[in-house]
Amino acid sequence: MTFDVGAVRADFPILSREINGKPLTYLDNGASAQKPRVVIDAMTRVYEQEYSNVHRGLHTLSNISTEKYEGVRGIVARFLGAPDEEEIVFTTGTTEAINMVASSWAAPRLEAGDEIVLSIMEHHANIVPWHFLRERQGVVIKWVETDANGDLDPEAVLAACGPRTKLIAVTQLSNVTGTVVDVKAICDGARDKGIPVLVDGSQGAVHMPVNVAEMGCDFYAITGHKLYGPSGSGAVYIRRERMEEMRPFMGGGDMIREVTRDAVTYNDPPMKFEAGTPGIVQTIGMGVALDYLMGLGMENIAAHERGLRDYARAKLDGLNWLQVQGQSAGKAAIFSFTMAGAHAHDLSTVLDKRGIAVRAGSHCAMPLMEHMGVTATARASFGMYNTEAEVDRLVDALEFCHELFG
Amino acid sequence: MATDAFEEIAETFDFLDDWEDRYRHVIEMGKAMEPLDESLKIPSTKVEGCASQVWMVPEIEGEGPAARFDFKGDSDAMIVKGLIAILHALYSGLTLGEVAKVDAKAELARLKLEDNLSSQRSNGLQAMLGRIRAFSQQSA
Repeated sequence: MTFDVGAVRADFPILSREINGKPLTYLDNGASAQKPRVVIDAMTRVYEQEYSNVHRGLHTLSNISTEKYEGVRGIVARFLGAPDEEEIVFTTGTTEAINMVASSWAAPRLEAGDEIVLSIMEHHANIVPWHFLRERQGVVIKWVETDANGDLDPEAVLAACGPRTKLIAVTQLSNVTGTVVDVKAICDGARDKGIPVLVDGSQGAVHMPVNVAEMGCDFYAITGHKLYGPSGSGAVYIRRERMEEMRPFMGGGDMIREVTRDAVTYNDPPMKFEAGTPGIVQTIGMGVALDYLMGLGMENIAAHERGLRDYARAKLDGLNWLQVQGQSAGKAAIFSFTMAGAHAHDLSTVLDKRGIAVRAGSHCAMPLMEHMGVTATARASFGMYNTEAEVDRLVDALEFCHELFG
Repeated sequence: MATDAFEEIAETFDFLDDWEDRYRHVIEMGKAMEPLDESLKIPSTKVEGCASQVWMVPEIEGEGPAARFDFKGDSDAMIVKGLIAILHALYSGLTLGEVAKVDAKAELARLKLEDNLSSQRSNGLQAMLGRIRAFSQQSA
């Protein structure tokens, strides 16, 4: 099957709108992706015809909602190559997933002086929950830095692990530089040392095929809104052995079996970790988005984006007044850059006037920004519906910025 | 009527037809503004609520409502720096009593820039105006 970017673009209603009188050039996919018509329609259909709470009633609508909602567990398991859909917990996104692992798995197990190894590229969502453990119980965070190209050496990650290292938590793909991490090599080495690995798949799962069984990780978190699905949806694969070690996360409905005045017993995993009425329609929408991606083929999407990366890299490298942060050879089509004389906010403001959406700032990755020696960058992050013509538009607009601020 | 300095700016903007020229002019004003001494870029002079970094330092001569208001400011973003230059023209040399009476939103609207500022920047503008009001109230 070939990848027809024109046909894909036609599936996304928002891509035909204009911004400031110019065609929308959406290059902020790293922050959140746009939604295809099938996702929007599926969510509308649930609200119009099929909506009810899940796991609660015995009436027709409750059954339809529950069936559709629970059906997404199997879709996520297929998308991630998880052996068993019982190893999939629904979340509101990766932030909730990592907080869940920190609170339910790590907090009761780690003692003062125990270590968690992180890469310097982590998003704040994969830093702050570990800082909580540092503040509250004396857990030590060990950082592994990237090299001059922005690459992370798996051997350096493994070398940072000592006898007291209890977890490695690492991104599969940097949201700032696009660097792809060889997480399988890290998992292979960590298994020999008996150290579990959490992989932040917020970006990785969007841009390449993922198979958690082959990867060998213990936790793999995804976020629906970056996967062309609704905001407020997400899931985390948790290896069964780890799941059995976890205490409940939040308390409430759905996660319990029985509650009395003096005692409570919990539901079996994965529902043990899903308290309260979940994001029913969002989760159903995420399932549709993942089906859409699998229909297109993650290999095909990855190949299209490699083409975009190569094209954009050649064009941006030609701008000798633009400093692109991170030159990893196998990186994704994510480009963070700075320009002398213009702040990242200046660039994004002017690009917006040309209809181009980029993100500016520290990208929720302040330790990485400090490591790279910058306070803010502008970031163009490409998605599966972007085109070479949009790269050209970006380059034209950057040339205009250079003239304006230079 | 605002200050002569601001009227001059408003007149210039009247001649600028499109957003590119307006932005170019704002950026030029930012470039032309004297940078704030690094020793004054400290937490107490930093204006929170701006997407980029902004610093403002009051300079008030005299006492009471007749005291003359002035300030120095800077930003690491050039467009914001240009906005600070415009605010400087709008407020510099007024008495504290006059500062309170300036309808900044209405005056800035004359430059037809408001539409061209992203909401984040508009928020920054609000924070800067709030700081100017606070300066004048503390001293009055």
